[in-house]
Amino acid sequence: MSFLPQLAFVLILGVAGYILSKRIKFLRRNIFLGKAETRNDHTDDRWKTMALVAFGQQKMFKRIIPALLHLLIYVGFVVINLEVLEFILDGILGTHRLFAPFLGGVYTAAMNMFEFLAVAVLFSCVVFLTRRYVTKVERFQKPEMKGWPALDATLILVIEIILMIAVLTMNATDQILAERGADHYLALGPLFFSGLIRPLFEGMSLEALHFIERFAWWFHIVGILAFAVYVTYSKHLHIFLAFPNTWYSNLKPKGEMVNMPEVTNEVNMMLGIPTEAASNPSAEIGRFGAKDINDLSWINVMNAYSCTECGRCTSECPANLTGKKLSPRKIMMDVRDRAEEVGKSIDAGGPGLEDGKSLLGDYITKEELNACTSCNACVEACPVNIDPLSIILQMRRYVAMEESGTPAQWNAMFQNMETSFSPWKFSPSDRFNWAEKVKEEEM
Amino acid sequence: MSENYKVPTMAEMAGKGETPEVLFWVGCAGSFDERYKAVTQAFVKILNKVGVSFAVLGPEEACTGDPARRAGNEFLFQMQAVANIQVMNGYEVKKVVTACPHCFNTIKNEYPALGGNYEVIHHSQFLQQLINEGKVTLKGGGEFKGKKITFHDSCYLGRANNVYEAPREVIKALDVELVEMKRCKTKGLCCGAGGAQMFKEPEPGKKDINVERTEEALATGATTIAVGCPFCLTMMTDGVKNKEREADVKVYDLAEMIAKDMGI
Repeated sequence: MSFLPQLAFVLILGVAGYILSKRIKFLRRNIFLGKAETRNDHTDDRWKTMALVAFGQQKMFKRIIPALLHLLIYVGFVVINLEVLEFILDGILGTHRLFAPFLGGVYTAAMNMFEFLAVAVLFSCVVFLTRRYVTKVERFQKPEMKGWPALDATLILVIEIILMIAVLTMNATDQILAERGADHYLALGPLFFSGLIRPLFEGMSLEALHFIERFAWWFHIVGILAFAVYVTYSKHLHIFLAFPNTWYSNLKPKGEMVNMPEVTNEVNMMLGIPTEAASNPSAEIGRFGAKDINDLSWINVMNAYSCTECGRCTSECPANLTGKKLSPRKIMMDVRDRAEEVGKSIDAGGPGLEDGKSLLGDYITKEELNACTSCNACVEACPVNIDPLSIILQMRRYVAMEESGTPAQWNAMFQNMETSFSPWKFSPSDRFNWAEKVKEEEM
Repeated sequence: MSENYKVPTMAEMAGKGETPEVLFWVGCAGSFDERYKAVTQAFVKILNKVGVSFAVLGPEEACTGDPARRAGNEFLFQMQAVANIQVMNGYEVKKVVTACPHCFNTIKNEYPALGGNYEVIHHSQFLQQLINEGKVTLKGGGEFKGKKITFHDSCYLGRANNVYEAPREVIKALDVELVEMKRCKTKGLCCGAGGAQMFKEPEPGKKDINVERTEEALATGATTIAVGCPFCLTMMTDGVKNKEREADVKVYDLAEMIAKDMGI
């Protein structure tokens, strides 16, 4: 009989682990729908970038208030998860507060710290909900945030609040039970924050307290496991993906566009410049530029899954600020949603990428692509080094080279450049005319 | 008695068996844009005054291909780039200075993959070096003295290449009051012309980006908006006109400001 809770716990743990591993495989496969790209150079800089940007939250601090609130949740998440280890061991072994006898006063101090962080997380989540629903921070009100993205964000904050309330409730009832000498319960030193809510429970019977304590314990641990599964369906994946995402950051100058060697080969052949590849033509030249997610690099797709939809990119985008359709955040959400769609289709035995849809057209329009000034404000703003510009420019390459679908004024610019070697229609022989005036002046 | 300004071309110098220290890459705006030609001329005058050994490509220069690449036309970009690299490598160019951040970015970051490896600096960095080395001594008593000046960061100089201080050091050397806009340096707002936007009408929206940016510049109370990019110069000048402030607010490139102070 007494083994029943342990059995149930192990079963729940197993089921959660199984679902999580399935989900991780699904996400991994979706990310690798993107093209292969090797980005392992300068490993020292990569670890440093990850330490500063992901672990150290460096770029969050460009906006101090959300940065501080987020820091509380982040530290709370990391530290409170240490306690989850004890939860899991207690669940498996059928013990209660396994570590307490070994740690003594240190355990009480640790519990007080956890409680402080639980309150801090609770506080931050309430402020974040306020920012979304009361003060209505503008970047959370954009069109791409309607529906599931807004619900997703709200669910995350509410779940976190409930989980923190469960921890505090558990500690409060646990200590009342311990003081009343109930079996298995250990009296710790004074716990400050749960102590504040103890009056709510003081008048209750042992049975009621025991029920609440157990309920809170189970709710907290099952809740955490369920939340871990939920995260894999959610924008909240950034809590894990921020780390690899920053490790694989673009370390080159932001202004540099990646070269297309397949084009270089053709250009060299046209200009009669001998090249290595000319004599040994590559087996297959794929599409020029990106029409769908499999034309993008896997790093672009990982970027998309790392996006937590904070919208700092969009709030700094000059096109978006002046009412154009482009929103860098939407670009990232579109890439992720398309990867999800293709992944689900493949798993259901469906057509996958060959479903007659594509990222360009069905998700992202030319109008959005054409509004970008390539100013890198979005790239600079992203707290986890996501690069929406890379995706926009790859898609522009597809539009220009595979569809010849660039705006008429750009086509005219191309023509000028082909015939006059300048984006404007001037005669190349007039290029040096500016010097005439200077040469006539005395020094 | 005194000599005229000289604008030697690489071809002329090669003919005399000479190699200049630095190639001044003029760019298309610097060559053809009526307003921006003044910047090219100002910079050439500074180079002459200081006695820098320089040359230009003259009629042999072609667009770097930046707007074609940003608009998606990689073929056209590479055609331009490879042709330019052939010319520059033919003259054994080692060092390039340019007043255009787009040319700067392309030649510095994108030509190496196509076989063009040069030391490339922006004219703001070059001017800063000349000032630091004492080769350019500013009187600081000219038309800018004590005036409020704001600097508009060009995206291709700032975020794209992390050059934020050089243009500011140049402005400060003029003994002026440098006032920053709220969105500056890493947070600087684009003028609206990058990514080949210079060559087409903006997409539908509620406002033009250059007007948004100009309003921010005017809000600083500055009477001069300093820029370091031909596209920014056009966009900010148009913005000032749009706000009907062209009588009291001027938009200048850094080289023009230095040349004015030097009385040339």
